[in-house]
Amino acid sequence: MDAPVNPMGLRSADASRVDLLLIAEMVSPGSRVLDIGCGDGALLRILAEKHGVDGRGIELSQAGVNQCVAQGLSVIQGDADTDLEYYPDGAFDYAILSQTIQATRNPRLVLQQLLRIGKRAVVSFPNFGHWRVRTQLMFGGRMPRTDNLPETWYSTPNIHFCTIKDFLALCDEMGANVERAAALNALGTKLRSMPLSSQNFFGEQAIFLLSR
Amino acid sequence: MNETPGADSFAELKRREQIVNPHSEVVHFPASEGLPLDSGGLLAPFSVAYQTYGTLNADKSNLILVCHALTGDQHAASLHPVTGKPGWWETMIGPGKPIDTDRYFVLCPNVIGGCMGSTGPSSLNPETGRTYGPEFPVITLRDMVRAQARLLDHLGIDQVLSVIGGSMGGMQVLEWAATYKERVFSAIPIACAARHSSQNIAFHEVGRQAVMADPDWCDGRYLEEGKSPRKGLAVARMAAHITYLSDQALHTKFGRNLQDRDQVTFGFDADFQVESYLRHQGMSFVDRFDANSYLYITRAMDYFDIAADHGGVLANAYAGTKTRFCLISFTSDWLFPTEESREVVHALNAVAANVSFVEIASNKGHDAFLLHEPELFDTVRGFLNAAARWRGIDGTSAST
Repeated sequence: MDAPVNPMGLRSADASRVDLLLIAEMVSPGSRVLDIGCGDGALLRILAEKHGVDGRGIELSQAGVNQCVAQGLSVIQGDADTDLEYYPDGAFDYAILSQTIQATRNPRLVLQQLLRIGKRAVVSFPNFGHWRVRTQLMFGGRMPRTDNLPETWYSTPNIHFCTIKDFLALCDEMGANVERAAALNALGTKLRSMPLSSQNFFGEQAIFLLSR
Repeated sequence: MNETPGADSFAELKRREQIVNPHSEVVHFPASEGLPLDSGGLLAPFSVAYQTYGTLNADKSNLILVCHALTGDQHAASLHPVTGKPGWWETMIGPGKPIDTDRYFVLCPNVIGGCMGSTGPSSLNPETGRTYGPEFPVITLRDMVRAQARLLDHLGIDQVLSVIGGSMGGMQVLEWAATYKERVFSAIPIACAARHSSQNIAFHEVGRQAVMADPDWCDGRYLEEGKSPRKGLAVARMAAHITYLSDQALHTKFGRNLQDRDQVTFGFDADFQVESYLRHQGMSFVDRFDANSYLYITRAMDYFDIAADHGGVLANAYAGTKTRFCLISFTSDWLFPTEESREVVHALNAVAANVSFVEIASNKGHDAFLLHEPELFDTVRGFLNAAARWRGIDGTSAST
């Protein structure tokens, strides 16, 4: 189970590791975690092995679920858009949505559910404000396709792209409190001490820790 | 048995021997330790026959309780004393298998109401000195589970590492996890539901009516009459067997193929292979199963509705549970469709329980849980490995 299966085709293997390690860092040891869109369970494994967290997962693809459970992870088949309503308020310390929000039908509702069932929410997503995306659209005049986002417009599951600024605006609108935020460049390096507009330009991925 | 059974076969005689003298361990609970029943009565005395495989570890933490289905018994992974066939779950239980007997201690009891050594309708009623027959009290799945809990008490087991079963076995698993939360570290309900559906009750009723319509049933007194309602029970089994398969499985196996002939006979012989197959299933079943047990156990399944026992809300049954759950369903199972498992998953989510849920693509219908399904084996093995790890049991069972 070394090569992560990536049903959404979003991340290169290396960048995904950094993204997941950063998320795992935000989670305190021994806490209750729900990973929504857990894929092959890479994050849940990191959480279990390095942080002693007995996490739970929801995954849309049945193949991903079966793979996770066969590895001893607690995962169910489910849809972020429809299945979060079954969980009670505050059931988890962290509700994690990693590289999935852009593929949901109703990102705002999903975010609301995250903040309802988790005391905190961790959300990571590909930043559509990244300079490569901007330049492709500006000079190529076509929907951007990058190493990070290789799908064509007609085959991508990512139906609700946003930029870091867009996401912050939504958090503001929903009254969600941003506790921590990090942007990663294409190499997976964390962009530090950079103004927001620069992070929105240079960051390929963004990770947010939110609370109600 | 004082009576001469009107059995048509030697196998049936061998089976009746099992009621009194099972080919397995058996615990007899004396009348002073009777089993209270949901119906209000007391089953006293009562016996529970059981098989074990593997070795119990020093701190008694490696026990896996296997619950059998409607027509199963305790002989899960050893030769059946009546049919001489391998155990019904040999694919799952054994050294190096998903339920690894090199690592776990496996306990499989015969349900009360059954006919392989645990007290059932063909056991002797101490009050009358004759077999219970129709005087046997109507039991529930919770009564069965309660009897199993008494067996664990007797063996000095506080908590099981896991309780696992398919179909009615899975229903018992759900009942275990609801009634004895602290005693169930993990639970694997397979191809089952938290209640018996109207359609399933309907099928059971057809089966029971077939048994009772057989004049040899003798109002349930066939043992004393020296008879046996073989035809009725065979028909019941034939009807039930269809529900265990899928349309596709039947089609693939038999299609419209004819049995040992080139054309139809314009009669009611078994022209089609599928007819011949079902007749065989029916006739071989009656050798190894008791008709009254069939009535009582199907009834127990019909009464099963965990939500109803908990204020109509399934989630209430599992409030505060610490049990790790792994539900498994099969795509082509129309007797216990995936939706039924999903309802249990939603109820468990509602109490933030630790739950895994795997739906396995299979065209084999409900019976898939008994068959060679690699994904089923991987799931059970992986889940049990993790459960053992969280329970603090060393070593892992590698895939074979």
